[in-house]
Formats: sequence, C-alpha cells, structure tokens
Amino acid sequence: MTVVEFRQVNKWFGSLHVLRDIDLKINAGEVVVVCGPSGSGKSTLLRCINRLETIQSGELVVDGVSLSDPKFDAAKLRANVGMVFQSFNLYPHMTVLQNVMLAPIKVKGMAPRDAEKTAADLLDRVGIPDKANGYPANLSGGQQQRVAIARALAMRPKIMLFDEPTSALDPEMINEVLEVMSDLARDGMTMVVVTHEMGFARRVANRIAFMDEGRIVEEGQPDGFFTAPQSARAQQFLSKILSH
Amino acid sequence: MSYQFDWSVLFSGQSGSWLLQGLITTLQISALAWLLALVLGIFAGSFRTLPIGPLRWAASCYVEFFRNVPLLVWMFFWYFGVPPLLPQAVQDWLFDHGAEFWAGMFALGVYHGARFSEVIRAGIQSIPSTQFEAAVSTGLTIAQTYRLIIIPIALRLIIPPATNESLNLLKNSSVALTIGVAELTFQTRQIETYTARAIEALTAGTLIYLLLCLCIAALVSRLERRFAIPGMIVQMRAE
Ligand SMILES: Nc1ncnc2c1ncn2[C@@H]1O[C@H](COP(=O)(O)OP(=O)(O)OP(=O)(O)O)[C@@H](O)[C@H]1O
Ligand SMILES: [Mg+2]
Repeated sequence: MTVVEFRQVNKWFGSLHVLRDIDLKINAGEVVVVCGPSGSGKSTLLRCINRLETIQSGELVVDGVSLSDPKFDAAKLRANVGMVFQSFNLYPHMTVLQNVMLAPIKVKGMAPRDAEKTAADLLDRVGIPDKANGYPANLSGGQQQRVAIARALAMRPKIMLFDEPTSALDPEMINEVLEVMSDLARDGMTMVVVTHEMGFARRVANRIAFMDEGRIVEEGQPDGFFTAPQSARAQQFLSKILSH
Repeated sequence: MSYQFDWSVLFSGQSGSWLLQGLITTLQISALAWLLALVLGIFAGSFRTLPIGPLRWAASCYVEFFRNVPLLVWMFFWYFGVPPLLPQAVQDWLFDHGAEFWAGMFALGVYHGARFSEVIRAGIQSIPSTQFEAAVSTGLTIAQTYRLIIIPIALRLIIPPATNESLNLLKNSSVALTIGVAELTFQTRQIETYTARAIEALTAGTLIYLLLCLCIAALVSRLERRFAIPGMIVQMRAE
C-alpha cells in the first residue's frame, strides 16, 4: 500500500526552484532515507509531506488524500503524520508528560487519564520513564529528542518524518536516538528520514533517495547505493561523507 | 523661602478619605483598563504574527492608530464625542452611572492595548518558528497552538517590558481627571484647592503613586518566579 506519493512535484521559493519534478512512492512499513548535500531540498521535500510547505505543481498524495484537494484539512493530515525536528522543540513550559499528552487530548479528545497512560507507556518505550515529571530544560539533548519522538508517536501516526534528528546532538547521544528509531522501524513504522548518519541508513533503510539541486538524482537499495553509486554527484557526496 | 510646611492638612478634614477614594478609583480604573488592554494586546499582537492578511491588516491599523493619537484627545473622544451618538435613553443612563469612569476606562484600555500588542508581538517573534511548526505537526490547529503554546511562552518572556507598560497605564490613569474621574490625582488637586497647600497635597499624591508602583513591581517579580519557564529565565535564589 502506498502511503506517500509525489507525482511530478515542483516547488519554488520565489524564483528559487527547490524541488524539480519529484517522483517518489513510499509504501507502508518502508523506511526511506533521504540524503544529499546542503541546500539540495531534503528538508523541503519532507516538509511538503505534512504541509509545512505547499507545492506549486504536480500532485502529492498522503494517506490517500491529495494535498491539492480544495477540501484538504492540514490539521487532520498532520494528526496522522508525526514529525521530529533537528531542534527538539519541546514545549518548555510543560513537563515531559504534559508534552506527550497534549495532542491526544486536544486533537483526538482523549480522556486525560488514558492520555497519561499512553504517554507513560511511550516514555517507557523511548527509555525515559523516570523523567516524566521533569521539564525539558532539565533533560539532555538525547533525552529531549526521545521525548519529541514519543510526543509524535502519541498521536499514533501512520508516517513518521525525521529531519536530521541527530544533527544537533553531542556524539555520545546520537546512538540512543538512532536506537529508538531503529526499534520503530523494526515495529513496522513507515518512516522518511533525512540524515547524514550513513551507518543508520545502511542498516535500517529499505531505500535511499539521493537529492541534488532539487532533484532525486538516484534512488535504490542501500547496499547498491553505498557500494556502487551510479551518479557522479552521489559518488562525490559519499566519498566526502564516508571519508571521516 | 518663607514657605511653612503644614503636613497636618493631609490628616485633617476630609483629606484622608479623599485620598483613599482617589486611590480606590485609580486602582479600579487601572485594573479594568489593564484587563481590557491585555485581551486586546494578546489578540492584536497575535494577529500581527499570523499569515492571515485581513487579521494582520486590522491589527496593524489598530496599533498604528494609537501610536499616533495622544491619550488625552482619545479620552475626550470617548467622553465628549461618543455619547451624543447614542440614543438619549442610553446617554441618560450612562451619565447616571459614571459615564466618565467608563469612558476613561475604555480609552485607557484601548490605548494601552495597542502598546501591549507591540510587546506581545515582540515576545511571539522571539520564539523560534520551529516551536510553532512542532506544535502544528502534532495536529493542533493554529488557534490551539497559539492558545496552548505560543501565547503562554510569549507572556512569560515579556514580563519585564509588560510590567513597564502596566506601570505606564497606571500612571496614565491620571489623565482621566480631565474628564472628571475622581481618581487619585483629581483628589490630590481637590485637597490642594481646599487647603491651598499645593506641595503637601502633591507630595502625598506622588508618594502614593510611587508606593503603588513599587508594590506592583514586587508582586510581578513574585509572579515571574512562580511562572518562570525552567531553563529559560534565570530563577532567582532569594525568595
Ligand atoms: N522558507 C524559505 N524561503 C526561501 N528559501 C528557502 C526557504 N527554505 C529553504 N530555502 C532554500 O531552499 C533550498 C533548499 O532548502 P532545504 O532546507 O530543503 O535544503 P536541505 O537539503 O534540507 O539542506 P540542509 O542539509 O542544509 O538542511 C535552499 O537553497 C534554501 O536556502
Ligand atoms: Mg535541511
């Protein structure tokens, strides 16, 4: 089953053409890693999926709904699409538990007691049950990002989007976040991940999409992509990123 | 310099009860105007940060208008200008029920709402846009995101400049004496008229304003500590 489909999608920021003729299909349960040089349009591609950015031409269908449908409701779509950002963006004035409970209560109308139970289970799952009543500021970066993942999961999304979730973390915290993501992938979550963590991509991704200057230049299985990249741009990119 | 101070005028006759009446009226008009200003400021300040043309435009007009109109003129407008536009029965009722108080309160609240709006807008704009995006990404609507996340954070960030504006409002409530509201300055002038003791009366008025402002500042700093966002505002040790 296809969960996300880009058909000839184009996007401009003013005169800057940031997405060019994007065709991409993502199936349920699939993990797609998007990589490419800075400014190639990876974040923009991801942000189109939950309508943080609008497209100017082509068609984008998410969870069976066309985003260019006049009756399209962004909040409804986003309730089914979780997103995790590079900067964790927890709500600083709420406790960890409240962060995770908020959307289920306000968006789904879940009873606070049920929401609390779900939230506690999720915090357990991402490995921080003991920080539930702490505030975001008192957590390490890795812990904050895991709470952000739990917050997104609390809505029981059909798709999870990750935009460089480990780029703002100290090296020793990267793995704890990647592990949570790997577990999620193993449980069958559909995921689109922008990351420079090529080890994670190789181990967890079903497919790699390599972007350059707004195009998906190359798309394929991780093994093929890492051992024998087809395009000159991908070869160049990989030699730079894998050299250290 | 042969002026003989006579502070006893403040403690004799009706001076004390006049000052007390004035203080109460000042507190009443300021508190109501402050609430009005806060509500208007939150709406106008939020609207100015939204990508919704008409709301932005309306809020900008409001703020620009009051940036360029003196409070005194605006107060006259409400007291002398507006009532004649109302039906006679309503006018009569108003003038029987302290029209000057309500006109003054409205003028003060609407005027300072425009100034609050700018403070609140600055607070909202200091929050990274990704905070907003993270909230709407969970399915919250824009209105919910503002109500539950953006405004609560912004209000905590702007406590110092908002306190300044609140004290300005309190001090500006004295302008209401020009339309006959018997607030603190009005009563101070009354004592002066009755006793011919200008310096004593005005000193008393000044001291009361000063004390009032200091009390508010102390109250606010307690509130600020009480609602501080952990890690965002340095929490003071001393309680
Ligand atoms: N809101 C915006 N307005 C104008 N231009 C933008 C905006 N957002 C992104 N861009 C531009 O669009 C291009 C693609 O940006 P995007 O953030 O998608 O790249 P990216 O591949 O995620 O890069 P990075 O690896 O640095 O995160 C860049 O040239 C960027 O400067
Ligand atoms: Mg990016």
